Amino acid sequence: MANLQAHPAGGERRLPTGRAGRVDRRRVPIGPLEYCRRWWLQLIVGTTFLLLYAPIATLVAFSFNDSRRNIVWRGFTFDYYVKAWNNQSLFDAFVNSLTIAVVSTVVSTILGVLAALLLWRFRFPGKAVYEGFTALPIVIPEICMGVAMMAFFARVGWPTGLPWPLNLSNITISHIAFSFPFVAVIVRGRLIGFNREFEDASKDLGASEWQTLRHVVLPYLRPGVVAGALIAFTLSLDDFVITFFTSGPDTITLPVKIFSMVRFSVTPEVNAASTVLIIITVIATVAATRLQVPTRPDNPGGG
Amino acid sequence: MEQAAPIISIQDVTKRFGAVVAVDDVTLDIRPNEFFALLGPSGCGKTTLLRMLAGFESPGEGTISIGGKDMTDVAPNRRPVNMVFQSYAVFPHMTVFENVAYGLRVVRTPSSEIDSRVREALEMTQLIDFADRKPDQLSGGQRQRVALARALVKRPQVLLLDEPLSALDAKLREAMQLELVRLQNSVGITFIIVTHDQNEALSMADRIAVMEGGKIRQIARPSELYEFPNCRFVADFIGKMNLFEGRIAGRENGKIGVEVAGLGQLWLPADDNGPVPPEAANVGIAVRPEKVRLRREPEADRIALRGKVNQIAYYGDTSHVFVALESGQVLSANLQNDARSAFQSIAVGEDVWCSWDPGDVLVLTT
Ligand SMILES: Nc1ncnc2c1ncn2[C@@H]1O[C@H](COP(=O)(O)OP(=O)(O)O)[C@@H](O)[C@H]1O
Ligand SMILES: [Mg+2]
Repeated sequence: MANLQAHPAGGERRLPTGRAGRVDRRRVPIGPLEYCRRWWLQLIVGTTFLLLYAPIATLVAFSFNDSRRNIVWRGFTFDYYVKAWNNQSLFDAFVNSLTIAVVSTVVSTILGVLAALLLWRFRFPGKAVYEGFTALPIVIPEICMGVAMMAFFARVGWPTGLPWPLNLSNITISHIAFSFPFVAVIVRGRLIGFNREFEDASKDLGASEWQTLRHVVLPYLRPGVVAGALIAFTLSLDDFVITFFTSGPDTITLPVKIFSMVRFSVTPEVNAASTVLIIITVIATVAATRLQVPTRPDNPGGG
Repeated sequence: MEQAAPIISIQDVTKRFGAVVAVDDVTLDIRPNEFFALLGPSGCGKTTLLRMLAGFESPGEGTISIGGKDMTDVAPNRRPVNMVFQSYAVFPHMTVFENVAYGLRVVRTPSSEIDSRVREALEMTQLIDFADRKPDQLSGGQRQRVALARALVKRPQVLLLDEPLSALDAKLREAMQLELVRLQNSVGITFIIVTHDQNEALSMADRIAVMEGGKIRQIARPSELYEFPNCRFVADFIGKMNLFEGRIAGRENGKIGVEVAGLGQLWLPADDNGPVPPEAANVGIAVRPEKVRLRREPEADRIALRGKVNQIAYYGDTSHVFVALESGQVLSANLQNDARSAFQSIAVGEDVWCSWDPGDVLVLTT
């Protein structure tokens, strides 16, 4: 019986004691669910973590390396962050990236929520087809999206050379096009769990359609909306392929700039810029998680 | 009882969902201040009928008027009725207070009035100490009271309740039955409750409509429904019933003779009010188990049949005794355990006489 119980490693559980009265953990047989005490599992988990984080850790570490060449460790310095900050074209690329990401996030979140609500709320002819096409940009290879976007903007004769920030419009539109389906899919997933009786109850209590949306449906959707917005933000911030096809010489974003810098050599400056990108996405994720109030499933009744 | 003008009048209402006829030609008047129950098995159209009263479904045919006004096509937020939903639908992101205040806020009630009315509603439902809690910190019974308070604070003319007690455990359900009746008496508005639990309907309602397959089978007061069901379905659905098939065989000075297969000819007093079944008509003969007495000897002036006890189900306050009659049919009889030793008075395998008063027999023509 005792073997069937998974006991937490290092828990307060009474362990069989040896003759001297000392607890010998190794003597306790490993329970079937105690995966954390199996050496092969520890090895797999350890290796995975190493492979996942070693490159990132190296990247971050070498951004502080006091050397032009990124090969040997020469001591700690913040110099390359200052250099990156003072590098006008890198800084411009950074500002461009943030501007595009913010606008694209706002617009694609609104569009995504509307699309999800439309697909959830109404029945109309061709709904299944429409639903399929909404999700298509998620599966279309990015390179094809990029080429298509480039061809599209050339074909319609999208004005170039506009003053900032209007010159970012084509990149922003491309980003909205590929990120709002993600928002729609996430919000739609959340809507599936929505109890229709909430909507009925709201109207029964005298609320209009709009008040119901504003006070009942949207608050319920909030975790989905936040998650969708976060995805949209990170997708836009680190997108390279599609941006590469739609950007011009004046409209360089951070990933495209980093790519062009790396073509010459991987300097600690590139590492610094990349580290900043990582930090922004991590901060955005943490903030979004905080905003997401944990909601328990709305189970009716029960003692 | 004097007939006041009905608060709700349903006229020839039919509702179809594709090929399914959920509500089939229902005509029903509900009086002011009535506690009315819609009772029927699951899927018989009770919820659909209630949702049409609330305005969530529009009847395909027929009209619905509330408070004397035609409401057939009026939107739910413009009807003087409020509903307590089966899942309660208490908004999870609002506190109890906000939930109750919601219905007042959306119609722009002045905030001083909101405060006093919400407090009044919370006091009435004994929720005042929970005003600042979120629904996930409440028990099922408390959440249900929030749904009640939220509807009552709107001061509707009619309160609609869809299976309000089905998610509660047995003890709480009984307490809430009493509380709902008390609440209805104190607020003095019409309650329409949907239920599939006959005990709930019998103990709470002033009148009950029994539904089957979208149709209303009978509308009556609880005691009338129990003692004088008008058809085999109602007789069988409400309480327990011994049902036999028979044929009208004759009529003699105020009595009708019914030939029942296996039981022989029974002479029953003719019902003066009810429809007189024609000669040779097939009828159902019904008697409630608690009207059947079990004795060792046949009793005079009662219909008596011999049988052998075949099973006893013990329920504490009563025992249900199943007696195999000589004809092979099984008759059930209720034995009140009115003394501690009562359950020992009878045992499986014993020969007994089952008897009942001819006046307690129902003759069902439909
Ligand atoms: N929105 C709907 N669409 C299709 N069929 C429905 C819908 N609502 C109810 N029905 C059908 O109508 C019938 C009555 O349902 P309902 O009124 O919910 O019954 P009850 O509340 O008595 O259990 C059922 O057969 C049900 O399947
Ligand atoms: Mg129902």
